[in-house]
Amino acid sequence: MSPRRPRHLLFTALLALVALLAAACGSSGDDTATTGGSEGSGGATESSGGGAASGDTFTVGFIYVGPKDDFGYNQAAYQGSQAVAALDGVEVIQSENVPETAEAEAVMQSMIDKGAKLIFATSFGHLEFARNLAEENPDVVFVHQGGLEGEPGLDNLGTYFGTVYEPVYTAGIAAGAATKTGKLGYVYAFPIPQTLANINAFTLGAQSVNPAAETIAISTGSWCDPGLQAEAAKSLLDQGVDVITQHQDCTKTIIEATEAAGAFTVGYHADAAELAPKGWLTGSEWSWDQLYVDITTTVKDGKFAESDYNGDYRIGLQTGDNPFVQSEFGPSVTDDTKGKIDAAREAFIDGGSPFKGPVADQDGKEMYAADKQPTYAEVETMDFFVKGVIGTIG
Amino acid sequence: MLLESVLTGAVRGGTSILYPTLGEVISERAGVVNLGTEGCMLAGALTAYAVGIETGSVWLGVVAGVVAGAVLGLLHAFMVITRRANPIATGLVVTFLALGLTALFGQDYVGQGVNAMGPVAIPGLSDLPFLGPILFDHDPLTYLSFAAAPAIWWVLFRTRAGLNIRAAGERPEVLEAFGTSPARVRYAAVVIGGALAGLGGAQLSTAFTLNWSERMTVGRGFVAVALVIFAAWDPLKAVGGAYLFSGAISLQLQLQARGWELSRYLLEAVPYLTVILVLVALSHRRRHAAPESLGRVLA
Repeated sequence: MSPRRPRHLLFTALLALVALLAAACGSSGDDTATTGGSEGSGGATESSGGGAASGDTFTVGFIYVGPKDDFGYNQAAYQGSQAVAALDGVEVIQSENVPETAEAEAVMQSMIDKGAKLIFATSFGHLEFARNLAEENPDVVFVHQGGLEGEPGLDNLGTYFGTVYEPVYTAGIAAGAATKTGKLGYVYAFPIPQTLANINAFTLGAQSVNPAAETIAISTGSWCDPGLQAEAAKSLLDQGVDVITQHQDCTKTIIEATEAAGAFTVGYHADAAELAPKGWLTGSEWSWDQLYVDITTTVKDGKFAESDYNGDYRIGLQTGDNPFVQSEFGPSVTDDTKGKIDAAREAFIDGGSPFKGPVADQDGKEMYAADKQPTYAEVETMDFFVKGVIGTIG
Repeated sequence: MLLESVLTGAVRGGTSILYPTLGEVISERAGVVNLGTEGCMLAGALTAYAVGIETGSVWLGVVAGVVAGAVLGLLHAFMVITRRANPIATGLVVTFLALGLTALFGQDYVGQGVNAMGPVAIPGLSDLPFLGPILFDHDPLTYLSFAAAPAIWWVLFRTRAGLNIRAAGERPEVLEAFGTSPARVRYAAVVIGGALAGLGGAQLSTAFTLNWSERMTVGRGFVAVALVIFAAWDPLKAVGGAYLFSGAISLQLQLQARGWELSRYLLEAVPYLTVILVLVALSHRRRHAAPESLGRVLA
């Protein structure tokens, strides 16, 4: 048999090659494959032509950790990139499913090789790779979504984010008003500060209209594992929870399970009212267009280094239009509740915070004293659950 | 009640693991390890979801999911049996192939709603205290799995076809001496195994989670392969293995929902720790249960 062996090896190798190619197309799409060639979705590279001659086209790269049509975080970022692509003289290249590994560095490097002068690294774990490249490529600007720049600050690196927890707090008001059992459920992936701030804001929002409201927080240890999500939703419903929200990348399983049980849904990342025609209360979702366009214009004009974007840029209701907005209300939200939500929004615009003291942690220890409130930056290092959250962080 | 909730969750979540485990039992009984089980599940999950949406019939979708799993099973069989490729490497390649293809073709179906296969409570029985919710308030594919395990046991141990499958995995040369081609038997077993994995994937997407998302099986197919050893290549014990694994998942989520102050890292590891511990505890006995020619290339 041994003389035939090389052929088997060759055959296996060929199949492996096909598999890798398929994996590459589907999983770590190269820019040409995902934008230029794809149908329907309005290939971004094509929208570049408008106006300017090709010589002075400004090229912007976007990388996403997941698929650009995930009904969530990545889709929102993709939609923002389309607003950038619509600018005159701007060409957008993009890559989906870029893992938070050294591969991100390679993908961004290839974008630089294609002439990109600005790169949006849109997932939390892309930061260190963007930073590495920023050090090597002083003439390319890197902006990162959701991170903190760290030391030393570079002239061509910045981070940006919205204050996610503001609309989450107002959604919590809707949840607190809707619940009959006083028990709310929150399915999350990992206890990172952003998630903890969301869970806390949601709970405090609910308690502002329903002081006895509690939130049961369950972690799945995964951004998207529908099998676990289905069981997580059931286990919450078993406990009498009648409003469920989540911080997951794929949201459909939990929303459908909640709707089927006749409970209320608060969405996250995207307007999913169509999945829950009866139980949809509201939600919060990204609207990046304006911020992406502003950043791109600033960089294109060569003014990045002296702008606010060069650093840890945070935009919320206090400072402008929060790119994280509240979704449409569902049918069961009363006018009274809507009024309370409007009042809360106004308070934030006037400089208030969802975490305005007194705020106590799970054990009753005071975290923010009366009349004190954390800054945007302080919220991003939050590491505790507020009183009324049932769950463990460690 | 915690026990009732956990057992209900074990059955509800266990079906999508039980089918691929049963499929792998058949495949390995015939002598072929198929690490492509994960890929067969993914192919089944997407195909069932997509065909369910396109045709409006979830049952057509399930049939298509079974076919998709079978096709990948056939690819694995061709590589391993006809081309005599290494089964471990080939299985992994099949899984990666499915990962890529389903990610590519599944993009259009992310977030789309499938005409779901909902739970059907069995009149009378579903009202029984304790047993009612655990056993008699599930989707049709779960009820089918209750019958599938004993049926596969019966075929394997009480029929001529089953004898041929086991002979192909134990002593293929004896089977050949009696005039039956062990290669053909192995082909059939691997294809059926792939089909069952596809069915598990179809149940996961159209009945259990009502969702398609990239890599949504998250290793359930690999767990199924491990559970075959746990089950000592016995379809009836496979039921216990699948429910133990999903029961452990359900337990950790139920404990979180009840506010138990245990480390969430520990809780999340419980399902995997359970399987590993049981495998270690039983490793000595299980070794003798393995088909003698498992993984051996046919001459």
